[in-house]
Amino acid sequence: MKTECPVCSAEIELAKDSVQGELIECPDCGTELEVISVTPPAVKEAPQEEEDWGE
Amino acid sequence: MKIGLLHSLIRKDEKFLIDEFKTVKGLELVMIDDREITFNLGKNKFDLDAVVERSINHSRALHGLRLFESAGIKCVNSYNVATICGDKLLTSCALAEKNVPQPEVRVAFTEESALKAIEEMGYPVVLKPAVGSWGRLLSKVNDKDAAEAILEHKTVLGSYHHSIFYIQKYVEKKGKDIRSFVVGDKCIAAIYRTSPHWITNTARGGVATNCVVTDELNDISVRAAKAVGGGIVAIDVFESSDGLMVNEVNYTMEYKNSISTTGVNIPQKMVEFVLQVAEGRKP
Repeated sequence: MKTECPVCSAEIELAKDSVQGELIECPDCGTELEVISVTPPAVKEAPQEEEDWGE
Repeated sequence: MKIGLLHSLIRKDEKFLIDEFKTVKGLELVMIDDREITFNLGKNKFDLDAVVERSINHSRALHGLRLFESAGIKCVNSYNVATICGDKLLTSCALAEKNVPQPEVRVAFTEESALKAIEEMGYPVVLKPAVGSWGRLLSKVNDKDAAEAILEHKTVLGSYHHSIFYIQKYVEKKGKDIRSFVVGDKCIAAIYRTSPHWITNTARGGVATNCVVTDELNDISVRAAKAVGGGIVAIDVFESSDGLMVNEVNYTMEYKNSISTTGVNIPQKMVEFVLQVAEGRKP
């Protein structure tokens, strides 16, 4: 369940209950990441906030 | 039973909700990513008992709900609720029609008439985009100079939506307001949002502390929820010198900071409500 931060290359370990689309934070550089695959584990930088995001 | 969860990014709010759905025996949760789904109008046959909407984009939420309802799927919240709550002007109309207390609101369609309305209301006022969230592009207008400048900027620089001038009388709230959570017929929890800034959204740094749900708060919260069509909504409430007033109603409520703060398992209450809707025990 390990992958790599696309920004700082730090090792990222996904939690056992991770789901696709989940937002997580790189423990090293703090970048917000999106889990794009659980098996195999993969993440990418989370999308930037859009104009109609919110409640 | 099959429940669809319409989502894009899975935030902590959605994660809590997913975890609660997983505790329900015999329930299959179907994840529906709004970035992947396509709709085939009039031909979709979704094998779902209900859809719970948790999209982060208002536009996708709104249209997704309409399309699911068009395909005969019960949705929480409904398209009508999302339509009203997604537009502050429609929300204010709904509240006014049900005599739910709210700050004075005036609407104008030109710079000149908006300035006239503001001058009649007296300063300060708050100019808000009718459609918008997380406190974006709110303007507290303290005097005529600021009013003229902001009205001109909105007219010249904004899309035509920004020339529907929604003007709310500023309410002195002494650094905090209330966010109450309504599920069905009950206000299940509430928090105070405290900030040195006049915008108290937790998305903008407001700090959450527990707020006791009094009979008065329950009453105005449930009345506001029913005014917009019911379901699962979060109400922003001011404690003004004239009593409680409803500021806004939110239909894809965020609650991740409010579970431990209030001690109420908010996602559990949401799941119970969704099941009631799916089973036809709620309209």
